[in-house]
Parts: sequence; structure tokens; C-alpha cells
Amino acid sequence: MHQASARQSSHTSNAITHPHWLPICQRSDLVSNSGVCALWGDTSSEKTDYLAKPERKGIALFFLPGQERQLYAVDNWDPIAQAGIISRGIIAELDGELTIASPLYKHHFRLEDGVCMEDGNIQLATYPLAFNGNTVYIGCDK
Amino acid sequence: MTEKTNKQKLVVIGNGMVGHHFLEQLAEKNESTGFIVTVFCAENRPAYDRVHLSEYFAGCSAEDLAMGHIEQYRQWGFELELNNPIASIDREKQTVTTQTGSLHRYDQLVLATGSYPFVPPIPGHQHERCFVYRTIEDLNAIRTAASNAQSGVVVGGGLLGLEAANALKTLGLDAHVVEFAPGLMSTQLDEGGSNLLQKKIETLGVTVHTSRATELITDADGQLRMQFKGGDELITDMIVFSAGIRPQDELAKSSGLQVGERGGIVIDNRCRTSDPNIFAIGECALYEGQIFGLVAPGYSMARTTVAQLTGMETFFNGADMSTKLKLLGVQVGSIGDAHGRSEGAAAITFVDEQSGVYKRMITDATGQKLLGAVLVGDTGDYDTLLQYHLNDIDLPEHPEQLILPSTDGAESLLGASALPTNATVCSCYNVSKGQILDVVHGGCHTLAEVKDATKASTGCGGCAALLKDIVDSELAALGMEVNNHLCTHFPYSRQELFHIIQVEEIKTFDDLLQKHGSGKGCEVCKPTAASIFASLWNEHILEQAHVGLQDTNDTFMANMQKNGSYSVVPRIPGGEITPEKLIVIGDVAKRYNLYTKITGGQRIDLFGARLEQLPEIWRELIDAGFETGHAYGKSLRTVKSCVGSTWCRFGVQDSVSMALRVENRYKGLRSPHKIKMAVSGCTRECAEAQSKDVGVIATEKGWNLFVAGNGGMRPRHADLFATDLDDETLIRYIDRFLMFYVRTADKLQRTSVWLESLDGGLDYLREVIIDDKLGICTELEIQMERVVDSYQCEWKSAINDPEKLKRFRQFVNSNESDDNIIFVKERGQPRPATIEEIIETAESA
Repeated sequence: MHQASARQSSHTSNAITHPHWLPICQRSDLVSNSGVCALWGDTSSEKTDYLAKPERKGIALFFLPGQERQLYAVDNWDPIAQAGIISRGIIAELDGELTIASPLYKHHFRLEDGVCMEDGNIQLATYPLAFNGNTVYIGCDK
Repeated sequence: MTEKTNKQKLVVIGNGMVGHHFLEQLAEKNESTGFIVTVFCAENRPAYDRVHLSEYFAGCSAEDLAMGHIEQYRQWGFELELNNPIASIDREKQTVTTQTGSLHRYDQLVLATGSYPFVPPIPGHQHERCFVYRTIEDLNAIRTAASNAQSGVVVGGGLLGLEAANALKTLGLDAHVVEFAPGLMSTQLDEGGSNLLQKKIETLGVTVHTSRATELITDADGQLRMQFKGGDELITDMIVFSAGIRPQDELAKSSGLQVGERGGIVIDNRCRTSDPNIFAIGECALYEGQIFGLVAPGYSMARTTVAQLTGMETFFNGADMSTKLKLLGVQVGSIGDAHGRSEGAAAITFVDEQSGVYKRMITDATGQKLLGAVLVGDTGDYDTLLQYHLNDIDLPEHPEQLILPSTDGAESLLGASALPTNATVCSCYNVSKGQILDVVHGGCHTLAEVKDATKASTGCGGCAALLKDIVDSELAALGMEVNNHLCTHFPYSRQELFHIIQVEEIKTFDDLLQKHGSGKGCEVCKPTAASIFASLWNEHILEQAHVGLQDTNDTFMANMQKNGSYSVVPRIPGGEITPEKLIVIGDVAKRYNLYTKITGGQRIDLFGARLEQLPEIWRELIDAGFETGHAYGKSLRTVKSCVGSTWCRFGVQDSVSMALRVENRYKGLRSPHKIKMAVSGCTRECAEAQSKDVGVIATEKGWNLFVAGNGGMRPRHADLFATDLDDETLIRYIDRFLMFYVRTADKLQRTSVWLESLDGGLDYLREVIIDDKLGICTELEIQMERVVDSYQCEWKSAINDPEKLKRFRQFVNSNESDDNIIFVKERGQPRPATIEEIIETAESA
């Protein structure tokens, strides 16, 4: 995946205006109050290590049953730690914001928009996520 | 690869402490200015801490001393050329040429070439057993030579010479100092101070020869003979020259820059040389006829230059050369005009020959201002006197009070509150009292946070006490109580929370949050609660209700490494393992291509396992009879042991059997922090039990129990808690001790810190554990018994539970593995590829 060379993710607009919904996994794959990682993109294409097309990547999915908003999806790649580990962090409330504390260096990324609380210049891409029956759907720009 | 750019090219020659500080400061501002920076360094390693160079002989590694890191420079976008000295500067063409002949253009040039040790031109000084004391390589050479030497001589009795003498002593040599002047440290100390220092150093076993000029060094049957003016001689095995420094100004001279009569590159108050495109900073620079051989003024020049380059107006106006240090264990301080050479200077002197203390203040003619001071044997007043001197504060009516021992126990300290706001507190990083107050008001409420925000006291550390004083008094003034709340979600300490959970028998985090907390919880309170639940109820950590509470290491029962792969540590109780099991570990490591390393705790760590491999690896290890080693948890790690009376001719008890018994009893116990233990079979202490949370040492009559030791970041010797115990009493005391700690310690508090913060300390702990003063010992034992009885190998339970195994999928929707985890081979084993290696592979693919 090409992420390895992305030294710093730049501020990109995260707004997905007209989502195009596609299935990504099953409800039973999610773990309550925690994260899992799903492979997203052209999963059929041949593996092309570290030069993979940018549309093939790990996405961290978080499930918070009973909360106002139950589902969040952000990039699994931690640009600060340079490893794909966001899904393995702890969901933490910081200054009233829901964040994910990345396991290696404990940076907090706001679940809602992926912005790093310790360094506002760093932002993870975020995606809309929704249940459709027992299937989990992700929204993308086609 | 060059691109056309109108960015300015900045070349820096030299990468010592000052050169590094310059780059550090520039990096902070370079976003906007965008210089293209190339750094040339003559040494083969990036900048390191020369101020603490001597600690290299006291067990400090080159890595510990490192200040600049290649990776850090890369992140800043600066190019660092190690081992690549510059041969010449062409000021006309604005280029520099390296010794290997490559040419580099510059728009602006910074000379940070430092100094070189001055070696007096005594015939014979080039002998192979003559050394200088400046670089890590010099120290390596000295160490090698000292390994077959009995005695060593340092030529030079200044600051660095005495440090070198101490180094020779540390290396086990009979050390001598030869000084040309009539007294030691003549730059900083007056005669009285110098004499006292010499006396003190001589009682420590260093021989001092003053007023000695060496005229000739010759070979004498494999030793060196030093001949002095006047006919005396000294025979020694090696010589270290430490007779001062000379500015490294060769490049400046050869390119026609203006240099001082006795060397040094002339600079103005902008740190510019006689060529407006060239700056000089640090020990190579000469400002108003003076070379500044300390790090703080060099840093100040570095900051001035960065300011000039980024269009700010900051000036260098000379620097204070006051210094406080400990030489061979003797405290020495020198402030300002120590010799009282100023017009009309008056001195106040205090001498206590009994206790070896000499203090002298130099005031102006009116007795109002402090011009200088000398302190030997006791530098307790240094910080106060320095503040009077630096900030021009009026002296009290009876200035002698400042250095006289107080008869009524009153402190004559110039308290933090008396300092003016603009007073400089940290001269290394130029931090004023005002800046410190600002960050305290801005939300830094611990010493660590203040240090981090201002860098104060992270240089030489001389202002640490004053800094703490200022922070503490400001917090008090703000009416702040240091609260012990776990985090914003629970207004309780860990101990209070433990009692709440125990008394109300709370089993889940949701329940706890609802009844006693607020908000949604965070990465502090979740793992803490999980640890308390485990200590009390010992349910499996991967039960549905606890999954979201664990740190990643607990969640996946393995230790996450920097690239997102994991390491695996099977339990090897007491460090005892059969050949068959050793072979299994080797087999598994080979099959899964794991890096293997023996740990400090007598176990084997297997690195580089991918998330999805963990269950397979553990299935194989468990089938071979292994259990989890809990290396991932805040829990008992390992019980180290020697081989004891079974094999050892000195052993008085069977330490291995005891280590096995202890480890198998407490394995799986969750605690506020990790717990390490050891059992030694005799007083020779080969298992190093006195550096453990619980240490057991065999005696002729039984076991001595030591508690609350700590290796790691803040080492602490364990305290002897009880002596000559029989097996059963030993176990009973450990049960009580551990459970009392688990119940009452703060979050992430090791036993060492816990004991130090316990009211009444060790005596109180003995009353609780041995005399049952609180009447809780039975309860503590029952609670420990419950934990011991409910032990399960977490991995064994996990691999037999399909629901728990689901957690170990890299992707929930694919069987692929993470192709960002890439290994390369080093010394025949895998290691994580660096970012550069990954990019290289990608580009050549």
C-alpha cells in the first residue's frame, strides 16, 4: 500500500456528498465498544504490496451500541506511528469528544472527522457507515 | 534529483551540541522560511551531549548521549553528511568543498566547528599512549589503553582536566593531575577556593602536582617518563592532555575571514563574521575578544543566528560564564567576577575548615550588588546567589547572611516569589520566570509538563530546584490542589475506585460508569477498571464486557511492536526449561519466521508475529505444554533465579524450586503495574533480587524477603522486609504484601513509588503485613487465594473459543494479511523494514 510513503496526511476534505453505498461486512463482524479492521477497495485485484492502488486500504470500523451515533469508520493507517493499527485502539472521550486513542503513541483522532487532537494538521479520512439488516454498508464517492 | 527552486541554500559546518541546537531551533521556524539545509559533520555520528561525556565511563552508552538522530533530521528535511569534513570555503563563489572533493553552493553559511583540545608542544606528546578528551572515539581509546594500565596522568587542572582525572579513577587507575598554574581551576576559583578543592581531591586519592611545566615525555621500559622543569619526574602508563581548548578556525582563516589574534572567528552581536553571508556560533566564535567555552552561550548564539536568518532582530550580547558542578564528588560553584577584579570590589569570605566549606561573595563598593562568588564544598546557595547576580537584585542589609550557615535553621533563600518576572531561570534554554508562569497559567500543572513546554531544566539541570520551587508556589497561589482523580470520568483515586468496585461487587465498566462516573470513559479509566475487575473477579480479559476496555496488548494477549506486528512470550517459570521445549520454541520461530531474543527475565521473546498468526502460534506452544507469559499485561512477569544449592557450590537453599513455586502461584495476578520477582540461593545474589518488586534471598536459616525494588527508569534498591523466614511464612507475607499493594496503589504505580508514598513507609508496611495492625491480613490472604484458584491460561481459553478467536482477524472481510508489515533480514533474522527500505522496495518494484 502506498500509505507507507505518506509521511503526513494532508488536510483533505472529508465530505462525501453523494454517497454510493456498498456492503463491507456483517453486523456480527463488529465488536461492541471496540474496533475491527476491514479491507476496502479492489479486493479482487492481485496483491501489489506497497504500490497498491490508493483505493485498496484498511478501514477501521467502530461500533458503539446504544449511543446516539453507533457506527464510525476511519482510515486504519496511523500516519504518526506509520502502521495500520487504528482499529486496535481504545475508544476514549477527550474534552467531550469521542476519539480513538491509537495504541502505539496514544494520539487521539476524533471519530467524527478523523482530526488528530494533538496535531490539527493531521487528519484521517472518514466514511459514512450504516446497517442494512445484518449487513454493514460503507458510503464512498463511487 | 534537483528541482529548480528559489529557496535559499543553507550550509552548516559542524554538528556538535551548538550546531544541533541551531538546527533544532531552525526546524521550528523553517516551515515559513524554507531553507534547503545541508549539514557537514566531521565525526561519524550525529551530535551528542559532550557536557555529560564522562558519564560514558559510568555506564552511559553512546546512544544515551545522542542528541541528534538521523531520522529526526530527515523529518525536518535537513540533509546530514556524517564523516564528511569540509576542506575549504570559496567566499567569492559561495561554495564549500569537502575533503573528498565534492562542491556545494550556499546562500548562507553557518560555522559551528567548535574547538579542539590544546596539546602543549612538549617533545614526545605524539606518543601512542598520549590522549585527548573530547570525542566518544577519544574515550574509547582511553578505555582500551586503561585496561592494561595501573596509573594515568592528566595534564591540566581545569574543569575538564578534573573530569578526565575522575574518568581515570573510574577506570580503576591511580590518577594524577599535573597543572602549570599554582592552583586548580584557576579560571573559575580564587586561591582560597582552589586550595580547598585541591585538599578535597587529594583525600579522594587523586595526586595533584601544581606549578609543574612538563618539558619532555620519553619511553621508559614500556612506561612513560614525564620530565618537569626543575628536574622532577613522574613515571606513568598513560597521559591525557586537557590543557584547554582552541577554537577550530582553520577554515575561516584559510578563506580570509577575520580571526582573533589568538584564534577564534570574529563575530558581531548578530553572530555574523566579517563576511555578511557567513555566521559563526559556539566555541569557534570570538565575541568582543572572548571565546565562550560553555554550552549555554553557544545555544544563545545559535538562537540569535536562527532569528537573523528568519528576519527577526535578536542579538547576542555576551553571556554569563557562571557554573556549578560536581567534580570527583566535590561541589564547586563559580559566579561572575569570582576573582574580584572589578573596580572597588569588596569580598565577604566564609571558611569552615572543619567541614571543608569555602564561600566567598564579591560585592560592588557600595555592598548593594553581587558581582561574583566562589563556592567550594557546598553549593547550596548557588541558585540564590546567581539570581542576585544575573538579575541585579539589591542585596539584603546584611549580605553575609546569604552565605553564613543559619543559626536558627531559617533559610536565607531568595524564594521563587521574590524573583522578578523577567529573571532568567534556565540559562541553557533562556527561559524566564515569566515564561514559566505563562505555561502554568496555560494549563501545565506538573513539573514534567512545564519542562516539556519550556525546555527549562532539560539542559544542564542546574536550575531544577528553582524551577520546581516556582511551579509549586505558583500552583499554590492559584489555589490548586493536586488532585488524585483517575481522569475526568471518575472523581476518585484508583484506591477509592477499588473499594467501590469491591464493596458493591461491580462487574462491568458500564455498570461502574453509570453508578459512579460520567461521560463515556477513556484510555485511562477503561484499562484501570479492567485491571481492578481482574484483580477482584478474575474473569477472562476477552469476555464480551471487557473487550473494549483493554489496551491493545491485553486485547490480543501479545505485545505490539512499532510496525503493528506482535511479540509472543511463553512462560518459562524460574527460567528453567527442558531441551525439548527449547526445540519447540526454535521450531515455532522458524516456521513463522520470528525474530528470537532472550529477555532480561530469563525468557524468550518471539517477535514479528502478525495478528492473524497469534492463535496458530499459541496453539502449537500450548500443545507443547507452554502457558501464556503475561508479558502483555500489568501483572506478574517472571521470577528470575540462580541455580541454587542444587548445582552451585555456594548455594544454601534450593532457589529454583522456590522460584517455580512463587511464579506458579502468582502468575496471572493483575496489578496496578507489572511485577517482577527473583530468588537467589545465597547472599552472592546472582538473581539480582534486590532490584525487584519482590526479592527473596536464601540464608543459612531460611529466606530473607526484600520488597519494593525497581530496575528500569528510576532504579531503587529493595528494602529488607523480614529475615530468616520458613517457606510457608515467606509465601504468606508475599500474599499479603502483593494484595495490599494491588488494593491501595495508584494507577500505573510500581511498588517502589507506592512504598515511598505510603504514610509511615517501611515500618508501617511491616505493621500491616507482619503485625496485622489493620486486622485485614486474613482478608488479603483469602482474596489472593481466590485469584490463585481461578487462574486460567488466557491463551488456552481463547484458542478453544471461536467467538474470542474472531478478534484475531487482520480483516473481518478478507483472508489477506496486512501488506504494510514488511520485514528485512539482519544478522540472519527478520526485523521491521524502515520507511526508507519500504519506499526503496516500492520504487524498484
